[in-house]
Amino acid sequence: MDKILRVNMTDLTVKVEPVPADWAGLGGRALTSTIVAAEVPPTCHPLGPNNKLVFAPGLLSGTAASNANRFSCGSKSPLTGGIKECSAGGTSSGLIARLGYKAIIIEGKPAGDTWYTVVVHKDGATIKPETEVLRLGTFATVQHVNEHYGEDFGVITLGPAGENLMAIANISVKDPESKIRSFGRGGLGAVMGSKKVKMIVVNPEGGVALRLADPAKFKAANQAFTKTLLDHPVSGQGLKKYGTAVLVNVLNEAGGLPTKNFTSGQCAHHDAISGETMYENIVARGGEPSHNCSPSCQIQCSQIYNDKDGNYVTSGFEYETIWALGADGMVEDLDVIAEIDNVFDDIGVDSIETPVMLAVAMEAGLLPWGDGKRILELLRNDITHATPLGRMLGGGTGHVGRAFGMTRIPVVKNQAIPAYDPRPIKGIGVTYATTTMGADHTAGYAIATNILNVGGKVDPLSNDGQVELSRNLQIATAAIDSTGLCLFIAFPALDIPECLGGVIDLLNARYGINLTGDDVIALGKQVLKIEHAFNLAAGLGPETDRLPEFFELEAIEPHNVKWDMDQKELASFWNF
Amino acid sequence: MQITVKLFATFRQDRFKLAEQDYPEGTTIADVLDALAIAAPDVGMLFVNGRSAEPERRLASGAVLAIFPLVGGG
Repeated sequence: MDKILRVNMTDLTVKVEPVPADWAGLGGRALTSTIVAAEVPPTCHPLGPNNKLVFAPGLLSGTAASNANRFSCGSKSPLTGGIKECSAGGTSSGLIARLGYKAIIIEGKPAGDTWYTVVVHKDGATIKPETEVLRLGTFATVQHVNEHYGEDFGVITLGPAGENLMAIANISVKDPESKIRSFGRGGLGAVMGSKKVKMIVVNPEGGVALRLADPAKFKAANQAFTKTLLDHPVSGQGLKKYGTAVLVNVLNEAGGLPTKNFTSGQCAHHDAISGETMYENIVARGGEPSHNCSPSCQIQCSQIYNDKDGNYVTSGFEYETIWALGADGMVEDLDVIAEIDNVFDDIGVDSIETPVMLAVAMEAGLLPWGDGKRILELLRNDITHATPLGRMLGGGTGHVGRAFGMTRIPVVKNQAIPAYDPRPIKGIGVTYATTTMGADHTAGYAIATNILNVGGKVDPLSNDGQVELSRNLQIATAAIDSTGLCLFIAFPALDIPECLGGVIDLLNARYGINLTGDDVIALGKQVLKIEHAFNLAAGLGPETDRLPEFFELEAIEPHNVKWDMDQKELASFWNF
Repeated sequence: MQITVKLFATFRQDRFKLAEQDYPEGTTIADVLDALAIAAPDVGMLFVNGRSAEPERRLASGAVLAIFPLVGGG
């Protein structure tokens, strides 16, 4: 991994460059955010020629390390106007790493109407005009690549939403079953679409095993690390069986399951949309409860969900998607939610931003609460074909809320708030308000310590200790996101010392270095500061580090609490 | 006194989802766990009326007790 691949879409040229010394120790999020901060003017239009789209495998991607085959995609977000980093699984991260690329930078913007496919190979990339897969959904696009390029090729592509430059558009990545994993949040699909790149295909030919500085130490470290993943009840058992949807009933009991556009913390039909019900359906219908989203995953939180006749409906059926449609949007039938999830993947839209937007549209009266049939029509007709209504919806939650003159618009930095109400779970509120990403639970998952009793306990209903908790989690997360490791390794890492020790040993054995835990924390801090500086220069100042006002005005049941954290205390987040 | 007990995930196997149960005054959460043959180390989260609780907690009549194994997601 000693090369940077630079693809210029203005003049359709490709360069393979050496890795600058400053970037040598970086990977994943640390690298995408560093490159975006160095090369993208913070005030540029996200869909203009000065924005760039950067893909970077993690520091451990492409090796035999467990759960390390994720990669990051970074850019300036058309949704938030700030820096963005998303993480996704799939097969491409390892392939890119083994071709020797530390990062792929897509820059510029072509003048004409021609769309392109970028074929990445061991000697660089080829930019080809693309007509055959235009307007196709992501599943058909992946199928096309399997048939015309090869089943072992990686695919990074857009659905119709990305082609139409919608702020809800994601970037889709082929997974081991030729299904879809996503760089979900922040509208990165619109950035790729603005550069007229329909897909990036990765030719694995000529990929080589990555050189390990100390192969024996690496193997031992991976065994010790993997053991902690399998020993911890959350990563070793719970996620395998129930997936992330096990959280539906947990959050409902805790009174933090945002329901009917954030007007209640509990949902009457919670059990019908729970992980327990999902598991029963999967087993009864011949699906698969456990499934990996990328090679080398040991946690297997994904699953294959079939309909009543045993036919495939969706995979990677996540808590946040189920919550947003089922509780926030009141769709009571898990089978309908599964069908919508599959359409989200196919047309290439974020399965958090889109359903949270739909719940706002329901409150506005655009469609009835819980009307899955109407949701499918809006997705398949209006958003897919970019009708004026589809474009309005495609602008995301904030856009729709403003269009209807609403005040209950659950966004931070214009990005939809996910599946945990910040009023009864204060720690996650700090993360939503302060993260550089706009509302994002994964940026500092305070649910672990506020609700799940992982990594200790901090009372979710009290403001005490939440800023420090969120800060520590955000720093650690920024470091994990740079390794290519799945964030779910944080569950064992918070409880079992050998887990983080194993990660550090893996990095040291891979690169022949002597990192310590302090170095990893320093890396996390450095990433956050780079991102924060970009946001400040882009116009996202301290006044945007806050939750929407309705959380301060409206108490939520069952705990009857409002958001009441002092803004000065929130601002102290950045004191590090 | 009447207690509503709600079980989740693996704790439902060979037990129940939700039951109204009769316990003597002074019953603690730990007593209920014993009665249900749920081992303390297997317990991840306990909620009484939606608030996190410890096993030593004495239950009041009419309490809703939710018992989860160690689970997580995100």
